[in-house]
Amino acid sequence: MADGKYETVIGLEVHAQLATRSKMFCGCPTGFGAPPNSQTCPICQGMPGVLPVVNRTAVEYAVRTALAFGLRVNPACRFARKHYYYPDMPKNYQISQYEEPLAEEGALDVEGPDGLRRIGIQRLHLEEDVGKLVHEGDFGTAQSSLVDYNRSGMPLMETVSRPDLRSPEDAAAYLRAFRAVLVALGVCDGNMEEGSLRCDANVSLRPRGATELGVKVEIKNLNSFRNVQRALEFEVKRQSAALDKGERIVQETRLYDADRGATRSMRSKEYAHDYRYFPEPDLVPLKLDRAWIEQQRAAIPELPRARRERFVVQYGLPPSDASLLAQSRALADYCDRAVRVYAQNPKGIVNWITSEVLREVDAADEVAVTNFQIPPENLAGLVKLIDDGTISGKIAKDVFARMLTSGEDAATIVKREGLTQMADPGALGSLVDQAIAGNPKAVADFKAGKTAAAKALVGQVMKASGGKANPAMVDRLVQEKLSRS
Amino acid sequence: MISRQDVEHVARLSRLALNDAELERMREQLSGILAYIDKLRALDTAGVEPTSHAVPLVNVMRDDANRPCLSQDEALANAPDRSGEFFRVPRIIED
Amino acid sequence: MRTIHELTTAFAKGDASPVAVAEEYLARIGALDAKVGAYLTVTRDEALAAARAAEARYRARAPLGPLDGAPIALKDVFCTRGVRTTSGSRILDTYVPPYDATIVARLKAAGAVILGKTNMDEFAMGSSTEHSAFQLTRNPWDLARVPGGSSGGSAAAVAGGLAAGSFGTDTGGSVRQPAAFCGVVGMKPTYGRISRYGLIAFASSLDHVAPLTLDIVDTALLLGATAGHDPLDATSVDAPVPDYVAALTGSVKGLRVGVPDEYFGEGLDPEIDRAVRVAIDRLRDLGASVERVSLPTTEYGVATYYIVAPAEASSNLARYDGVKYGLRVPGKDLIDMVSRTRAAGFGAEVKRRVMLGTYALSTGYYDAYYGQAQRVRTLVRRDFEKAFERVDVLATPTTPSVAFKHGEKADPLAMYMNDVYTIPASMTGLPAISVPCGFNAAGLPIGLQLIGRTLDEATLLRAAHAYEQATPWHAKRPSLG
Ligand SMILES: [Mg+2]
Ligand SMILES: [Zn+2]
Repeated sequence: MADGKYETVIGLEVHAQLATRSKMFCGCPTGFGAPPNSQTCPICQGMPGVLPVVNRTAVEYAVRTALAFGLRVNPACRFARKHYYYPDMPKNYQISQYEEPLAEEGALDVEGPDGLRRIGIQRLHLEEDVGKLVHEGDFGTAQSSLVDYNRSGMPLMETVSRPDLRSPEDAAAYLRAFRAVLVALGVCDGNMEEGSLRCDANVSLRPRGATELGVKVEIKNLNSFRNVQRALEFEVKRQSAALDKGERIVQETRLYDADRGATRSMRSKEYAHDYRYFPEPDLVPLKLDRAWIEQQRAAIPELPRARRERFVVQYGLPPSDASLLAQSRALADYCDRAVRVYAQNPKGIVNWITSEVLREVDAADEVAVTNFQIPPENLAGLVKLIDDGTISGKIAKDVFARMLTSGEDAATIVKREGLTQMADPGALGSLVDQAIAGNPKAVADFKAGKTAAAKALVGQVMKASGGKANPAMVDRLVQEKLSRS
Repeated sequence: MISRQDVEHVARLSRLALNDAELERMREQLSGILAYIDKLRALDTAGVEPTSHAVPLVNVMRDDANRPCLSQDEALANAPDRSGEFFRVPRIIED
Repeated sequence: MRTIHELTTAFAKGDASPVAVAEEYLARIGALDAKVGAYLTVTRDEALAAARAAEARYRARAPLGPLDGAPIALKDVFCTRGVRTTSGSRILDTYVPPYDATIVARLKAAGAVILGKTNMDEFAMGSSTEHSAFQLTRNPWDLARVPGGSSGGSAAAVAGGLAAGSFGTDTGGSVRQPAAFCGVVGMKPTYGRISRYGLIAFASSLDHVAPLTLDIVDTALLLGATAGHDPLDATSVDAPVPDYVAALTGSVKGLRVGVPDEYFGEGLDPEIDRAVRVAIDRLRDLGASVERVSLPTTEYGVATYYIVAPAEASSNLARYDGVKYGLRVPGKDLIDMVSRTRAAGFGAEVKRRVMLGTYALSTGYYDAYYGQAQRVRTLVRRDFEKAFERVDVLATPTTPSVAFKHGEKADPLAMYMNDVYTIPASMTGLPAISVPCGFNAAGLPIGLQLIGRTLDEATLLRAAHAYEQATPWHAKRPSLG
């Protein structure tokens, strides 16, 4: 949908780092940010004589993901070696899966402007990550590069979508929904900044109405939602401009440069890789039996779409709020826990989450949401105090601010600070009397028909009560007393 | 049997810098070996499952548990060239 | 020249001292190895320290077992922590592994005294040890001849009395063939019986760790101490390890021996043909029944092997690139550096096999070569399965010829044909053993090969032991001066 003329066709390849304790084929830890080359062993350094052994948890996570996307888990799968020389890959081959992947043929439903769209997922397989290269200087001109093998051997799950995406927004929405499922499954932390989720895209344009696919360009290095969308937008523009000029699109790999907001060709000449795949002779096939696969299915928690629907039905939320919450496992858990403590007003709780809580934390930051200073039980307590008239909504905001810093629950703060709402007609009555006595002009205005003048008096009373007065009661008393005076 | 271009292509894939004489000798020797190996084509193997392992094991997996790493010094001890905490390699030009 | 079991029995009785014996071997190596060229590295200090520890255990009457204090040599293909390990290649000239191979760890745990690392064909590719990047190894029976290969250094060390026993690796016959050439026992157990972890890979689906000894009891001891499941090797078999020494009953009564026609045809040295047939008659005299069997795919073995092994090797050797360890030859950029390093670091045979394997795996050729070879492997396996329905072991020559002279087999294909009788058991992973069965007119040793059923090393050892005890060959030793 570059413009009216062309249809955009996008497919995404997502590499997700699995949230295991140890690497794919060795016992090294998977933590992020360790000093260079301090998280390696002979196996992930590809030293002479070493052998890989498959991490069972990685296989379990991949199977759960496959089931969540409705993929067919193959009765037998196998690892294969993919060969190419690059110094970040210590064996100069990557252990991956080729002809016999773990799972094939599923889909992910993605919410778009026109409702849900089903995006096909072609295959899912397991592989190992490579190390990290740091160029001494600029990539093009660097005289040498430095290698850190900490990331070498990290467990990766590669998922290849069908070319069913039709716009950069589509692609970003797919990636968001994809990430939400992985995080809900607990198989990936979804942290794009740390590279836990990385994305390559295949983009082609074709004349609207054509059925044949155009020449595709692969874009690498799309490491945030924003980059995915911006890189694809740039690429769609570049390709449609080229097509407009009657140029031929070259099948190539391009790299997205986030600083310049542009893609650039990675190779000057076309070069056909010859990966020389063959079955990894150091590993034996996986033949996952039905019962074991069903055990994995049983371990799958409620997934974002089901959760969203439950939120709509059970909590009476508008679909937009339900979607917002369901996209983040931590946020949805937060909501569920709060409602479990105070089930009378889920909507009220959700309002506090979407307005106040999300002012403090990023919905996409699962860790921050999980560690949010106000536990969900305490937020529920706050909403309950509002609902039963103990505090006003205005006071509640102050209490919320105090809860943020002290970590105490709402009731404790309200009690200690004496913030309980004034709802005693006698006490409030005398405050109203004082206000009326001190503001003859407002009284006169009211009598002259300016009903808004009553609002000023209510404000005065609220102020005099330190915000504690029950606003509805003050309003009623002001109205009564003005009409009687 | 095997052409000079094939030999050059395979040498590139194998990352072996061979000179002209070496490439020519390699072409001759590989041709001889491949001619012998070609006797395999005579065997009808339609429908025969490949054997990749002598002892057919399946589902060999390990627990997701940590084992000690090498120290940084051990990890870098054999490096032909290092820069601080890193292995160093000459400039990378894509092929 | 004493066997391991003679030595450790003497240690236990207090008739010999592990330290004194280790010193004897080290002295013998110092005096004679210049002639033989068996060792690439002698680990004198480590050996003496291990011998002292063994001696202390014997004094405390708490030895670790029947290998405690046994002086052993290891092919330089096994990674040894802190000790240079080259795999016979210039490209690993300076490589010092930070870890022990499982086989090394198990030998150390059994108290073995490791004397050093022995010479080999580079990356175990060869049948003469002439493809070592470092030195020539000579056959102790005739120094003008090769010891066989690729575990030539390990075989020569045992035959020459420079170690009481040793370990090599057998991918297409690399232990059985040098055992036959050097007049010692060499056994390739079932694939997966001994862990490959820490064995520098040549061809992963074919590589076997294999002991070389002076007699069958020693083979049983070394196998027993090192066999068994290893969680670090996913292709390691998780099956109980029987007491192999206890299996040596001395009897072959009722044992059914098959003699495959295809192993006695064209190309077999008549003297070997005669010696092996006499050996089979001897087994019959001892109470075994003998019958002819057929393994029709035998003639395809070498061709199949020379696809599978180079293909896997081309992949396994991709890691030697001058980036992380070993040799680096400077270049104007990364690709240039890697290509120069590999050209300078690998010898001619390794380059040939890397090229052959890369070609066989490359686009358009995979199915015709690697795919076809793996299917032929299935046919070879079926041949053996059929034969083993009727017999318990197969008896064949180990090699078609006796040890040849250095430089005699310059044509690669002629060298490959030397493995014709050992390759089938490699491709099927079946256990196979070579035991001395006589000498030719020139006094060069001849080997009898016995092939057994999967995981049935015990029967193989029992048959080999009964034969050995009924014949004089194992007692004959070369004189090196
Ligand atoms: Mg991949
Ligand atoms: Zn590791």
